[in-house]
Amino acid sequence: MKHFSELISAIEITNKTNSKIDALVDYLKVAPEKDKLWIITLFTGKRPSRPVKTTLMRQWCLEITGYPEWLFLESYSSVGDLGETIALMLPDPTHKIEKSLSAWMEELIALRPKSDAEKKIYVLNAWSGLEMQERLIFNKLIGGSFRIGVSKKTLVNALSKYSGIDANQLMHSIIGNWDINSISFDDLIQGEHINYDNSKPYPFCLAYALEKELPELGNPDQWQVEYKWDGIRGQIVKRNGEIFIWSRGEELVTSQFPELVSAMETFEDDFVIDGEILALKDNAVLLFNDLQKRLNRKNVSKKMLEEIPVGFYVYDILEWNGQDIREKPMIYRREILENLLTSEILSKQIVISEIITFYHWNELDAIRNQAREYNSEGLMLKQKDSPYHTGRKKGDWWKWKVDPLTIDAVMIYAQKGSGRRSSKYTDYTFAVKKDDGLVTVAKAYSGLTDVEITEISRFVNKNAIEKFGPVRTVKPELVFEIAFEGIALSNRHKSGVALRFPRILRWRRDKTVADIDTIEQVKQLIINPN
Amino acid sequence: MKLVKFTKKGIYCIPGKFYLDPWLPVDYAIISHGHADHARSGMTYYLCQTDSKAILKHRLGADIHIESLNYDEPKMVNGVQVSFHPAGHVIGSAQIRLEYKGFVVVFSGDYKVKNDYLTIPFEPIKCHEFITESTFGLPIYNWLPEEQLQQQMHDWVLKNQSHHRTSVFLGYSLGKAQRIMKLMEGVDKIYVHSAIHNLNKAIENSGIALPQTELLQYDFKKEDLQNKIIIMPPGLLGSKLLKKIPNAATAICSGWMQIRGNRRWQAVDAGFAVSDHADWNGLLSAVKATEAEKVYVTHGSQATFSKYLNEIGIPSEEVKTEYGSEEDDKEIVTEKKDVL
Repeated sequence: MKHFSELISAIEITNKTNSKIDALVDYLKVAPEKDKLWIITLFTGKRPSRPVKTTLMRQWCLEITGYPEWLFLESYSSVGDLGETIALMLPDPTHKIEKSLSAWMEELIALRPKSDAEKKIYVLNAWSGLEMQERLIFNKLIGGSFRIGVSKKTLVNALSKYSGIDANQLMHSIIGNWDINSISFDDLIQGEHINYDNSKPYPFCLAYALEKELPELGNPDQWQVEYKWDGIRGQIVKRNGEIFIWSRGEELVTSQFPELVSAMETFEDDFVIDGEILALKDNAVLLFNDLQKRLNRKNVSKKMLEEIPVGFYVYDILEWNGQDIREKPMIYRREILENLLTSEILSKQIVISEIITFYHWNELDAIRNQAREYNSEGLMLKQKDSPYHTGRKKGDWWKWKVDPLTIDAVMIYAQKGSGRRSSKYTDYTFAVKKDDGLVTVAKAYSGLTDVEITEISRFVNKNAIEKFGPVRTVKPELVFEIAFEGIALSNRHKSGVALRFPRILRWRRDKTVADIDTIEQVKQLIINPN
Repeated sequence: MKLVKFTKKGIYCIPGKFYLDPWLPVDYAIISHGHADHARSGMTYYLCQTDSKAILKHRLGADIHIESLNYDEPKMVNGVQVSFHPAGHVIGSAQIRLEYKGFVVVFSGDYKVKNDYLTIPFEPIKCHEFITESTFGLPIYNWLPEEQLQQQMHDWVLKNQSHHRTSVFLGYSLGKAQRIMKLMEGVDKIYVHSAIHNLNKAIENSGIALPQTELLQYDFKKEDLQNKIIIMPPGLLGSKLLKKIPNAATAICSGWMQIRGNRRWQAVDAGFAVSDHADWNGLLSAVKATEAEKVYVTHGSQATFSKYLNEIGIPSEEVKTEYGSEEDDKEIVTEKKDVL
């Protein structure tokens, strides 16, 4: 497992994707055949189910070390990772075990049906035969998740660099149906088990944020305006009876959206369409928060499918019955799309993106500001004659987002993050004034630089009231400008309001707690966002 | 007997009328070691261990009123017998032992119990009351034996050399830098940043031998540095100087690097848990060896460590001090000036 351990050490330290790719390529050059297949399995989330419960591992660690549980929990909150906490606390190894990654994986699979007593003997023997870093990896192999920032895309790029095979084809290959015991590494990456011609996607056409005044765009007749949606940009490829859904990050996400696949099956034509994957219920778009609950699940339950149905707002068509039509003007493509979707559509979940009627540029600002009511995040402006560009090109497609709402609030709680963020206080709770006191309105954890987070962590360490546990109450002193996309009355929140996508816009060092907003001012935003 | 009390200015010896590592200006300060959070400016009179004297003068000014004692050399101050004993933390670091009418209090300062082959090793002292640091007072902090740590760091340098990269270690000027020099001695040529170089000179001038290094000139020749080793203070992470070094692989050397999250937080290529503080087992063994009837726990995980000591039958109390983490901030400010 030495190579694997080195690979993990190299990957976990860096946040540069290229360094991760280089480390993976180095590993692929030296790793045994079977281990390479396991790497793909582990990094694509296809890992086998956990053979040993975390509660048992924790209990055994306490038995071995003799430490009280509170001390374990205190350590855990400093480390932010259970497998690592255990690996760090255990005494030095007494012997040395050397096995390949695939040998470990096969043993762990065989361990699953065994009794707790047998599991204990096995795990304790492994713990006492491995160095700290290997022990950590062993614990992670049990749990399955590494959280070291290797996406499918990173893995695929490494495989591509190593083999010279096209990355999108590799994406299809590793996502396709294969069994670790009946395929060789070479056959897998060569794609012997798939037909790439059926899945091959096109690069997405991307828009820039609007950077001019509307009249500078010229004649409004030449522009098509649509709502901009905040979901997952997707490309649905339907060829020869096979259906593939690609995300903008060039990952295949087909299995996550079974209702889209079955909706597509009702079409006779072959095509490649571009659009937005959205949570769509009773003809209304739900919040991205809702869609998020549907993402990255191994299995989508029936309940999930009913609670948060997913739909597809179609923006464009790139290929129609085998013909690449990306160079045709957008109005031509739109006509094909309209015919396709009206004649054959049987599903309410596949919706053509609505064209907003307007005659003068000055009408658009009001429409943009109302977009929030439909959970849209603004407008898209597209030149009617434009081709479907490859990548981001300036001039033909513009996005024009609604301005976020903002309030000034004071930080009152801080919590350590997890993973890379576990050493610092990165998750904060903010409050505004209510009567003579404060009331919490939002939790946010993004929007600050590493330097600012370090400074705030120091403040928290100096000003915290609690000494134990993960959450720290701090003196209400640091004021932040919080931005959010929407606001609604809510009975579930103590403040009486719920904010959508709160995030930290900036640290207001120029303001004190006396300057923050009141809850009444915040509620005013519901009636009058401007 | 109440020999010391914890005040707003620092740890105060009542009959002796002096302070231990005070953080506000006082008349008489007895200093455990030269780090900025323990040896602060503004004291009328300083007393420290012999090997610390040059360091204190270098950092606080040549004109300070300072006197020094060798390890185990007692001095009477207002009827209190004061002596310094090896703490193994950095060169010249000492535990401060106070004895008054047969009652003994030991203030650990900062310490580590494992031998780094550079400082005089930590020496446990029996006492009635022990004031201990707790920087790494959690059971997740246990250091590798020095040989194993050295092997890891050597391997890293060799790997960098195979990719024609220069290995840059980041560590505090006082203590960590000399420790890294010792760990890297004989591997390849070592360049040090001017802040480290100047401190090395002060240490060497007081008669202590250090591994051979060369000053990293600001207008260095790039080809000279290839495959070599450079040591600079952590404040220079992200600096222009570091960016100027071609093909640099950077590593932070700090006990905090024991945790993956900490290693990943910094944009570096490696993190080595090289610490000049006692690890969890080191703290426990040191505390037990004193046989103290009362243990005061200062900076670090004081709440946790003190609670645990009470649970295992060692009466303990946590104490709030101004030690810890300041070294960090101060270095960033002063080192940046050196570069600009």
